[in-house]
Amino acid sequence: MFFTWPSKIRAKGILGMNKRNVSYISRYNPRHLYPYVDNKLKTKIVAEKYNVATTKLLGVVEYQYQVRELGRILEPYQGFAIKPAQGSGGKGILVISGKRNGLFVKTSGEELSLNDVMRHVSNTLSGLHSLGGKPDVSMIESLVNFAPVFDNYSYEGVPDIRMIVFKGYPVMAMLRLSTHASDGKANLHQGAVGVGLDLGTGKALLAVQKGRPIHKHPDTGFGFDSLQVPDWEVILHLASSCYEMTGLGYLGADIVLDKEVGPLLLELNARPGLAIQVANGIGLVPRLKKVEGIQKPHTSVEERVSFSKAHFSM
Amino acid sequence: MSSKVQVYLFAFILIFIGIGLTIYKNSVLEFPLLPGERRALWTVEAKIEFQAKDEPVIVSFALPHNPPKMTVLDEDFTSSGYGFGWDNNTQQRRAQWATRNATGRQVLYYKLQVYEGTRHQQEIEATPPPEPSPPELESAQKTAINNLVNFVYQRSASPSTFAAELMRLINEPRPMEDISLLLGNKNTSSRKVKVALDTLAQAKIPARIARGLFLEDGRRNQKLTTLIEVFENDHWVIFDPLTAERGIPNHFVLWQRGGKSLLDVEGGENSNVSFSIIESTQPANSRTLVEKANAKAALVDFSIYSLPIEQQNIFKSILLVPIGALIVVLMRIIVGIRTSGTFMPILIAIAFIETSLVTGLAIFLIIVSIGLFIRYYLSHLNLLLVARISAVVIVVIGIMAGMSILSYKLGFSEVMKVTFFPMIILAWTIERMSILWEEEGPKEVFIQGGGSLLVATLAYLSMTNTYIEHLTFNFPELLLALLGGILMLGQYTGYRLTELRRFQPLAEN
Repeated sequence: MFFTWPSKIRAKGILGMNKRNVSYISRYNPRHLYPYVDNKLKTKIVAEKYNVATTKLLGVVEYQYQVRELGRILEPYQGFAIKPAQGSGGKGILVISGKRNGLFVKTSGEELSLNDVMRHVSNTLSGLHSLGGKPDVSMIESLVNFAPVFDNYSYEGVPDIRMIVFKGYPVMAMLRLSTHASDGKANLHQGAVGVGLDLGTGKALLAVQKGRPIHKHPDTGFGFDSLQVPDWEVILHLASSCYEMTGLGYLGADIVLDKEVGPLLLELNARPGLAIQVANGIGLVPRLKKVEGIQKPHTSVEERVSFSKAHFSM
Repeated sequence: MSSKVQVYLFAFILIFIGIGLTIYKNSVLEFPLLPGERRALWTVEAKIEFQAKDEPVIVSFALPHNPPKMTVLDEDFTSSGYGFGWDNNTQQRRAQWATRNATGRQVLYYKLQVYEGTRHQQEIEATPPPEPSPPELESAQKTAINNLVNFVYQRSASPSTFAAELMRLINEPRPMEDISLLLGNKNTSSRKVKVALDTLAQAKIPARIARGLFLEDGRRNQKLTTLIEVFENDHWVIFDPLTAERGIPNHFVLWQRGGKSLLDVEGGENSNVSFSIIESTQPANSRTLVEKANAKAALVDFSIYSLPIEQQNIFKSILLVPIGALIVVLMRIIVGIRTSGTFMPILIAIAFIETSLVTGLAIFLIIVSIGLFIRYYLSHLNLLLVARISAVVIVVIGIMAGMSILSYKLGFSEVMKVTFFPMIILAWTIERMSILWEEEGPKEVFIQGGGSLLVATLAYLSMTNTYIEHLTFNFPELLLALLGGILMLGQYTGYRLTELRRFQPLAEN
């Protein structure tokens, strides 16, 4: 059948877009706190204040005249990521993994000249990549030296972990693996693989690509059965502490694993997508209801993490 | 009170008031709910404008007098600060406004309500006019006009057949030599009327000018059309000088017959008259609206009907915008269609109303495709956002001009309506789609572009629906009910139709 009945997915506890917007985002995310997640520069500043580990800021380009100095700013670095501070939906992120003959090499192997990079930054400043075309600033961040644990499961780009944090309790997690089809980006609707993760252990539950279950990575051919995310406890703590950091009740935290420094917060999202339910094969509603039903919310990160591990593990 | 309760309370009150007023208007004031039960009632408004010269002002304006084939229901003379009376100096029916002193721009209104059809066919006035004096012309023209009179005289039997043959000859695409000479190089309709009148005078046939207005719904800034009346035996026969057709055209109000000018202004300059026309509904057997309005039913007195016709015409289309908004809300919240820009589909739908659906779709697709192609090149030029959008706006205008000219030369007049498309919106659509193409690939462009066009088409279909048009204009209070409905939709937390597809694999295992 092409369509399913509403009663069937309601029975599975699937959260729909309208209910997410009305019952969770507009109820638990006060508008004035949005800048802390929509503006990645502000996210970085509060993250440092709350000692939440994130990638290093190498430089900021705020004005068009600074674009000409880009060559000098980028000189000392081999790899880096250029991001708009207020980009939406992963738009405008340029990841350079190295330099070759004076050209910048993207993770896909494509080569860009300094002019191309300058045009990208200039576009960002004039608001091309931000919501509603607002003028923006461009951030240059250190490249994540990603841990080799996912090497067998990732084709180009950085795999990341998306965790939904509701009132400070991690409620659902997935690992997003870029594929050739997604051009190194980890967005599920662009063809990346989503792997549902068990909240108690960090083990893979299910993997989907374009909404259909798969058993091995389409590019590398490795099966997902043995996949286990390391440092799981640290990741849960990192995600949970984003609640204190931003004050937002319904939050999506994107976390990456660095070879040297361990889990890093990459970015936050005040309107996290619903694809995580497909990757986990389970709906969000029962878990969100469970957290809403807690009489005395736990104030420490440790208590919240152990609550989540106890109740949301398969 | 939680926001949910407030929303439902508000929505309920709004829907209650909206539906309640509609029922009241329908049952007590006898406004018809369906457009089928109506008779066309035409409201014509003449707007007289002039620049007063700081001295006493007298305005004399010709008015229709028992226009043939029409029944006059009501007349209204709106003129704040002016005394109103009838100008009795002439044989015609003329209104006269006067004031002791006025400066600056002055506006006077005259409103006429008529419907087509009349119970008694009144005989057209029949005092024989004096024999006309021959026109004063140069000798070359005199010869031409004599030749023409002789030529037409041979080919006619009476004053009316003379006039008909004459006008047919004048309007031929390649008129005979004598006529070309008389017309000169100015082949305008007023010149044709002048030549026809001169020739009739030369032939000693009494003739005069009559002016009138074609009734077409939603027209603004209309001018009167000139007809020619010819006296035969004991009555006047009317001709359209541009078609040579005899009799009064259909949907036509005869405004002024013979006499001097349409408008005389003493104490003012730069005077101008323009006419607005609107068609409204009227129950077939009653004169509800006018009777109730005269009885000052507050609901009618303080309604859109009390506005000048020009504004009523604007509201007629403005009142359809909420219907488009409702379609957008339904398609996005209930169905889950992705569109490029939230309200872009409504603006496209409004353009479709002017261009008709198929032409509109074709024009839209052509402009956006060409625009995307050019935008692809612009993206290599490293331009700042505002400059690039402005460049796209200019490109869009260029495409529109090019399409208009090309289609005009090829003979498709529909494509010239391309100017009704909002070019800024088109430019932004092109910009957004081109970014979408670069970042998400062509598939997403087709999904969002197709979604936008689908929503625009549905909005167009509902905005042009006769019943919906009738209801929004005659029962604007239904907007309150619509507002209530949209408020409730804003609280809808159920699944979208597209989500039933998206999460279908989850439901199956």
